[in-house]
Amino acid sequence: MNKKQITVVAIALVAAALFGIGAGLYQQRVNDQQALTANNNLALITRADAPTFGPTTAKVSIVEFFDPACETCRAFYPMVKAFVKDNPGRVKAVIRYAPLHAGSDQVVKALEAARLQNLYWSALEALLERQHLWASHSNPDIGQIWPLMQAVGVDIEQAKKDMMSPEIDKLLQRDLRDLATLNVTKTPTFFVNGKPLPTFGYEPLRKLVEQEIGLQYGQP
Amino acid sequence: MTKNQAVFDRAWRYLLAAWLVALASTASAVFIGEVMGQAPCVLCWYQRIAMFPLVLLLGIALLRSETGVAIYGIALSALGQAVALYHTLLYWHWIPESLAPCGQGPSCRQQVLNLFGYLDLPMLSLIAFTLITVLLVMSMKASGHE
Repeated sequence: MNKKQITVVAIALVAAALFGIGAGLYQQRVNDQQALTANNNLALITRADAPTFGPTTAKVSIVEFFDPACETCRAFYPMVKAFVKDNPGRVKAVIRYAPLHAGSDQVVKALEAARLQNLYWSALEALLERQHLWASHSNPDIGQIWPLMQAVGVDIEQAKKDMMSPEIDKLLQRDLRDLATLNVTKTPTFFVNGKPLPTFGYEPLRKLVEQEIGLQYGQP
Repeated sequence: MTKNQAVFDRAWRYLLAAWLVALASTASAVFIGEVMGQAPCVLCWYQRIAMFPLVLLLGIALLRSETGVAIYGIALSALGQAVALYHTLLYWHWIPESLAPCGQGPSCRQQVLNLFGYLDLPMLSLIAFTLITVLLVMSMKASGHE
């Protein structure tokens, strides 16, 4: 390599290094900011009337800001469920709504209507299982959710009536307000006992849950 | 050093300067888009299409000492410059909204960044493309004196 080539390669390497350092610093700042926002708004993260999987007495709560039309939420669903099942009595999962996809608000209302019939979790699982049928990004087809919900025993006529109720709308609007206050812009967004994930992913979530179990119940 | 070598070195250095501008611009665009999570608007995409290849094009030419690359770079850079000029005019409301080709996605008038109170992204892009064009023309002229 001649001097000119060394110059070019050195500049490229320095640029890449600066970019990496800058990205790391920026991410750190965003994380700190989000942790602070979450800590200042702990009451907004866990709402008592939000759908909860697992015993309410569990001291570790995984709050998931969730969009039924989001593929990553679908992928995380069995993992979150496993955290609750594998730590009996200690972990609960709380679903908060972040209907960011087109038409998701209608699906959320339908799920809440299924909750009134005590069929929330089976309805949710049925919708997630066949998510591709109704949740296309470019062309969502919300009508497809009804046969899926009917198959798990939801009374569709009653549900369609209930989803128009002001109570359900109030719950959705409140979740949307909390979403804005907590600055949640992506789904799923997790908070474990009010703490956001340092980086997104299954491993960081698992570590945070284990850390909180340790804090609340002593090391296993 | 022979006279020809001095001429080549001058052309190469202008090329290097143009590459540095393209490198900094590309890194900034990727940072704002991917790290800060600001989705690019339609016009930003067209400017990216002109800017990103310049990094590879000029970078490889620098490594291979091919100063003849300048003309290819000017073609890309002039294209980006035209879009950046249009974007700047739009951003500063010097051309009416109805001409804006922005349908879905983020608005091309949304403020993402403002340096020193007047340097916004479309303006920075226009400055970068103009610099690249000027430097590449200078590189061409320098090697034309052979």
